[in-house]
Amino acid sequence: MTLMPRVGAAIVLTTVAAALVGPLLMPYDAITQELPLRLAGPSAAHPFGLDELGRDILTRILSGARISLIVGIVVVSVSATVGVLVGSVAGYFGGWIDDGISRVMDVLLAFPGILLAIAMVAVLGPSLTNVVLALSLIGWVGYARLVRGQVLRARELEFVQAARALGATTRRVLLWHVVPTTLPAVMVQATLGMAGAIIAEASLSFLGLGVQPPTPSWGAMLNGGRAHLLDAPHLTVFPGVAIAVLVLGFNFLGDGLRDALDPKRLTLRSDG
Amino acid sequence: MLPFLIRRLLLTIPVLLGVATLVFALIHLVPGDPAQAMLGDGASPQDIEQLRERLGLNRPLSAQYVSFMAGLARGDLGVSMRSDQPVTREIFRRIPATAELAFAAMAVAILFAVPLGIAAAVWRDTAVDHGAMTLALAGIAMPNFWLGPLLAIVFAVELGWLPVSGRGSPASLVLPAITLGAGLAAILARMTRASLLDELRELYVLAAAARGASRARVVLRHAFRNSLIPIVTILGLQFGSLLTGAVITETIFAWPGIGRLLIQSISFRDYPLVQGCILLIAVTYVAMNVLTDLAYGLLDPRIRLE
Repeated sequence: MTLMPRVGAAIVLTTVAAALVGPLLMPYDAITQELPLRLAGPSAAHPFGLDELGRDILTRILSGARISLIVGIVVVSVSATVGVLVGSVAGYFGGWIDDGISRVMDVLLAFPGILLAIAMVAVLGPSLTNVVLALSLIGWVGYARLVRGQVLRARELEFVQAARALGATTRRVLLWHVVPTTLPAVMVQATLGMAGAIIAEASLSFLGLGVQPPTPSWGAMLNGGRAHLLDAPHLTVFPGVAIAVLVLGFNFLGDGLRDALDPKRLTLRSDG
Repeated sequence: MLPFLIRRLLLTIPVLLGVATLVFALIHLVPGDPAQAMLGDGASPQDIEQLRERLGLNRPLSAQYVSFMAGLARGDLGVSMRSDQPVTREIFRRIPATAELAFAAMAVAILFAVPLGIAAAVWRDTAVDHGAMTLALAGIAMPNFWLGPLLAIVFAVELGWLPVSGRGSPASLVLPAITLGAGLAAILARMTRASLLDELRELYVLAAAARGASRARVVLRHAFRNSLIPIVTILGLQFGSLLTGAVITETIFAWPGIGRLLIQSISFRDYPLVQGCILLIAVTYVAMNVLTDLAYGLLDPRIRLE
């Protein structure tokens, strides 16, 4: 394992630990306001300062980490599960099933980035549940496309044909022989997908379409800080650093996993 | 080339129909009565009924769908709830601002990323390479809704060099364009480096050097020209993320484009306008993908034959 994936793993593990125990160790509450101290800068008592309503920013960042990680984990789990199932069915059966699924994927891919999620949350109403729902609805397509391509190759492999020749049922061939060959690529995509989901949640919350006040979310904290760029830039700086570092961590980890699991890259590396 | 063009355009039709259907369905995803949601809790039953009548929500779903598609074919997307103006007029008024921002962001990305990627590839595994790629990674990890305010703090608030927000002088375009272009620049720099490194390994590069061509000529005239295909493709495909990024960038800098209009119409529950904005962005994205494919087909004849 090279340095970057280790750094990535360290960032992710530290964030998970901080999200789990951090809010319990902090002497403040994420939503309790100390209005006389509003916008106070960093100090020994409040290392990241206080926000526009006098809430401790460090405590809110630690609580916000929970939201980011929960959204990431749920969106990635749902998207990957649905994507693997749909993609493997499309790739394995081909024909009209593949055509139908591919057209649905084409339509969903015609909405760039989180546009469809913005639209869905706009009509369903802003909430954490709707953010997760909207991001999962668009998230599965990437996994399905990846898995479909892998399954198209895998179904022609000798051990899959052997399983079929030995009389294994379609379900058994698919679940026990074909799908497992796609899992390394899915793992890489899921790790990188965590970074994508975290940024997407923060973007929606920044736009006021995600997690609603007073629940702390990194994107919403950045949005709150916009009005105080002049007098209290710390409101903007610290949540932004938190997002960038965690996203970088998942990217490092995903890149490292890809290098470790990709036979082509392994060969290139051992050659060179 | 013509059969390739026709095939590609035909494949786009079902996608556009699907996009239009999904956009039509949006208003029906509103929990409860869409008319009630648009007018708020204080609306009288008469007002709600009037709005249902006006939007055609009291007609059967199939009739609503047919009239939505027919309106679309005529370029009629309905009327904005807030301004009472046709949605198409509202949208067309905002297109120049978004187009200006998107192309400026693309220019920023190309101007930063291509030299950075070339330098990283030429001086591979040196401090230049590491520095350039660290910068690119920072660009990828840094969300534009953070970069924008940071740039505003430094260049508008502290230094006072550029305006904080709005659209007027050319100076007001600088910060939004950098904010929107940074992510694309990061991806483009990595792609330029990777693509150029692949070309620099080719025998024709060695042959050009052996014939006495200077290092700069070998890199820029021979290798870089051939590495352009994936770079152009990435530029085309990433145009979509520019459009979505514009929603956030325009909101940060109060830039009067489609993205800001979308967010404003969401906050006013102006669903016909929301539908219009979403449709325009999706159709533009599909069109850009088709153009990218066609450009790819022009640049590489093997694609046309597949």
